[in-house]
Amino acid sequence: MTATIFDIKRYAINDGPGIRITLFFKGCPLSCLWCHNPEGISPRKEKLYTRKKCLGCQLCVEKCPENALTFTSEGILTDPAKCTVCGICADHCPSLAMQLSGEEYTIDRLMQEIEKETLVMDRSEGGVTFSGGEPFMQPKALLELLRRCGKRGIHRTIDTTLFVKPDILQEAIPETDLFLVDLKQMDSSKHQYFCGTSNERILQNIRLLASSKAKYIIRIPLIEGVNADKENIEETAAFLATLNRKPQYVDLLPYHDIGRSKHDKRGSTYNPTNINMQAPSEEKLARCRELFEKHGIAVHIGG
Amino acid sequence: MHTSEMAGMNERISRLRKQTFETQPSLSIERALIETRFYKENEGKYPIPVLRALNFLEICKQKTIYIGDDELIVGERGPAPKAVPTFPELTCHSVEDLQILNSRELQRYTISQEDIDTYAREVIPYWKGRTQRERIFNHVPEEWRKAYENGMFTEFMEQRAPGHTSLDKKVYQYGLLDLKERIAGELKRLDFQNDPEATDRQEELTAMSISCDAAIIFAERHADLAEQMATEEKNPQRAAELRKIAEVCRWVPAHAPRTYWEAIQMYWFVHLGTITELNGWDAMNPGHFDQHLAPFYEKEVAEGSLTRDEAKELMSCFFVKVNNHTAPPKVGITAKESGTYNDFTNLNIGGIRADGRDGVSEVSYIMLEVVEELHILQPGSSIHISARTPDRFLKAGCNVIRKGHGYPSVFNPDVYVQELVRQGKTLEDAREGGCSGCIEVGAFGKEAYVLTGYLNVPKILEVTLHNGVDPVSGEKLGIETGDPTSFRSYDELYAAFLLQLNYFVDMKVRVSNYIDRMFAKYAPAPFLSLFIDDCIAKGKDYYNAGARYNTTYIQCTGLGTITDSLSSIKKHIFEDKRFSMQEMLYAIDSNFEDMEPMRQTILNRTPFFGNNDPYADEIAVQVYNDLYDAIEGRPNTKGECFHLNMLSTTCHVYFGKVMNATPNGRMAHRAISDGTSPSHGADRNGPSAVIQSLGKLDQAKSGGTLLNQRFLPSLLKKEEDINKLASLIRSYFALGGHHIQFNIVDTKTLLDAQKRPEEYRDLLVRVAGYSDYFNDMNADLQADVIMRTEQEEL
Repeated sequence: MTATIFDIKRYAINDGPGIRITLFFKGCPLSCLWCHNPEGISPRKEKLYTRKKCLGCQLCVEKCPENALTFTSEGILTDPAKCTVCGICADHCPSLAMQLSGEEYTIDRLMQEIEKETLVMDRSEGGVTFSGGEPFMQPKALLELLRRCGKRGIHRTIDTTLFVKPDILQEAIPETDLFLVDLKQMDSSKHQYFCGTSNERILQNIRLLASSKAKYIIRIPLIEGVNADKENIEETAAFLATLNRKPQYVDLLPYHDIGRSKHDKRGSTYNPTNINMQAPSEEKLARCRELFEKHGIAVHIGG
Repeated sequence: MHTSEMAGMNERISRLRKQTFETQPSLSIERALIETRFYKENEGKYPIPVLRALNFLEICKQKTIYIGDDELIVGERGPAPKAVPTFPELTCHSVEDLQILNSRELQRYTISQEDIDTYAREVIPYWKGRTQRERIFNHVPEEWRKAYENGMFTEFMEQRAPGHTSLDKKVYQYGLLDLKERIAGELKRLDFQNDPEATDRQEELTAMSISCDAAIIFAERHADLAEQMATEEKNPQRAAELRKIAEVCRWVPAHAPRTYWEAIQMYWFVHLGTITELNGWDAMNPGHFDQHLAPFYEKEVAEGSLTRDEAKELMSCFFVKVNNHTAPPKVGITAKESGTYNDFTNLNIGGIRADGRDGVSEVSYIMLEVVEELHILQPGSSIHISARTPDRFLKAGCNVIRKGHGYPSVFNPDVYVQELVRQGKTLEDAREGGCSGCIEVGAFGKEAYVLTGYLNVPKILEVTLHNGVDPVSGEKLGIETGDPTSFRSYDELYAAFLLQLNYFVDMKVRVSNYIDRMFAKYAPAPFLSLFIDDCIAKGKDYYNAGARYNTTYIQCTGLGTITDSLSSIKKHIFEDKRFSMQEMLYAIDSNFEDMEPMRQTILNRTPFFGNNDPYADEIAVQVYNDLYDAIEGRPNTKGECFHLNMLSTTCHVYFGKVMNATPNGRMAHRAISDGTSPSHGADRNGPSAVIQSLGKLDQAKSGGTLLNQRFLPSLLKKEEDINKLASLIRSYFALGGHHIQFNIVDTKTLLDAQKRPEEYRDLLVRVAGYSDYFNDMNADLQADVIMRTEQEEL
């Protein structure tokens, strides 16, 4: 069994308790406008090109078996019609300007990578975080990793959109120590517009989590122009307040546009709709915090 | 929490800090003039130890006494704060040296033309041919001189005396009058009938006794001045303080201190005495100051005669005093080797006690607060974190680290006690030890641990790759170990490297031993010897095996660079056959000109040290063990031996300057790696991987390793981040780490990172659910990170 992983981050300190190792699973059912890991959206391998690293040596052009690459004043251009994403260009690129995102790992190899961090995980009460992309897009591999980490006593966190079939989620719940659940927009049509899918399944799964014994935290990327309006925040707070078991807390993540540089590498456009997305002001953050706290929900400001 | 913990500096300390911060270092010729006049009149009249002691006495009698406004702890080595004396008996500055020091842009020391003229007339002619430096350089073999001049190694003792001395609790238990009594007893017991060394002992003990008088006179002169100032002082509060200062200086150092205030002043007089007597590497160090002061503090606070605020104010006054004592400058252009004002007094905070118990006290917290509030260059500070050190103290230390002043560094007593015991110290003596200067450890108050200089390990490979020739100067520095293009395997190359390594270590040891005897003979330090067991009992000087323990170190620099270079050669030339040896030699000789794809391939496709990658880490372990084998156990002149040390201070920059490009893709003249840290930018898997790579070295075999880690301020933003930093430190120490230091990156560094991305590939950007490195971000986002860093600095 294998998993397609697009990055492994060590000394991850913002993805759950303690010091963690975070595995980024490739593939996501959502495609949020502000996505900061856009290379994680497609389940397939893809090519990234960082122009400022390119030496212009054209070794990639020379080695490409499909003649898909040309060297121009704009750097290397890839003809998507010809490119088979075979990765030969990336293998030869001296400066890693050309990279392949998405590598297949066996579960054994991933376990080895995770266990390399045992000491630091133990000392900091950290563990492993499965992130992405959407880790539930590769359910078999995810469940196998959860079980195997569980046997080794490693703390398991899933960072998820919860856009997943409920029966898979049910299976994961007893094998997961903490869920970090993204909740972006309460209005389903707006969710469809900003994130590419409706939100019914997500809300349903949050209810499911809340009626189980699972520990969970709700994370809201707070974005003016998308979801930071009073109406949405009030609705979110009201929804969370009605749940059987409330989340441990809500983590408000003020918007940043750090994903921009990754779009450059993919040749894709950041926020093609040109919606004016902004970070919320300090006052706005404080008001949002109050709204949640009024409903008895604790708030952390993350980032 | 005490209310005072939030109070910050009081007005007195603000003023003193401002003064010490703003005062421009200057050169004072006073010491040189007193000494030269004394020597002209007396050289040859006395045995050398007595001559040295009388010289010290003369300085203590004649030098200008300074007591500044606001001061509570008094005493300056020069006539005023940051007025730095010279030590012509060690190395005599020329007129040109003085002019350079007065006019250079960085680390400037001002001096008037009048003083330069006086120096030229009175000082320079007398010392010509009489300095330690000349004695040394007149002796050294030609091959040593060539290797030295081309940056194969440095020699600590060519401009300063052996030092690295830290003191123990004795300072607070006995006054100098007590020591004089003990010396008198030893003199009486001398056995001229049976002991051939009795005469030498008599000379040394006499010198020690004179040194006691000198320091007492020095203190009395402060008492006299304070009393006189008190009678003239209009402000009654200050007048009372001056009378108190006088009272303290009448009591210490003649007698053992009775109070916290006297204890600090006692140490300070001892410190000043040692750095006036000679100019030792590194200045001087109170060692476990918090542990020594804690009994005074606790007793007086319980009695109600001292408040926490008063204790903190006195501690702050002490810090200002240390900062007033800028390092004496080196001569001439060699100053570029390590141009720094820092004299490396390193306060050990926390740690364990001689009985193995936790050494943290309220004084430890007071010291951390002062480190944070004053944030001045000196004294340096370190926290010592044993397995039994409470988390509260570690976190308090981490909170100071977060401020980004570069201090405190973090040490692991559980490992350095092993290091010291392995070298033969008793468990108790080892536990009373700690670090002085940079990262080197010793048994405080009982050991002469002499650092002889840095060894440029990557340059040994450079010379190996050119069959003994230094490609930078074209001179033959090494031995002929074969044309590298003829090597059929990595092992052949490595064997050649080991031959060269041993050749240079031989060369270095030989001259170090010679220099050792030069100091024992011509520059004894009877005042310093008073405070180091068992100099009095043996009747022998600190420089002449008087100390209970006598160790000698060679500091090997550039483990990361040598490892990565060997890894690159092994992988690309001998295993993957991606490049030939000829290509590699051409590349490094030509500084990779027009070979950027090759260089990038090396940078990006070589297993580098610091990534928890067994391929590179095993090479590092092998090099480390072979350095150990090459150095460990070579006899020094004091009946003990040489050991391996892995510190670099700032020498990795100088060593890089004298080197061409290296097989790990490092460009010519760029710094080599520092201490045992990974090469700059080579670690790409975060700090948890770095500590695991370093954890593979058996660090207890060295006398110290050094790990610098760079952190963006955003990694230490939240309270939880502090906990994570603390657990990272605990993890490294569980792996047997000796030292770790965190440099919180500032905007200047980030701007440099944009210019030289390859040297900063380790800079992590940590945002929830996001993965990237600073270098991988586009210019806009980098500007954003820089802007935020800037805001946090404000």
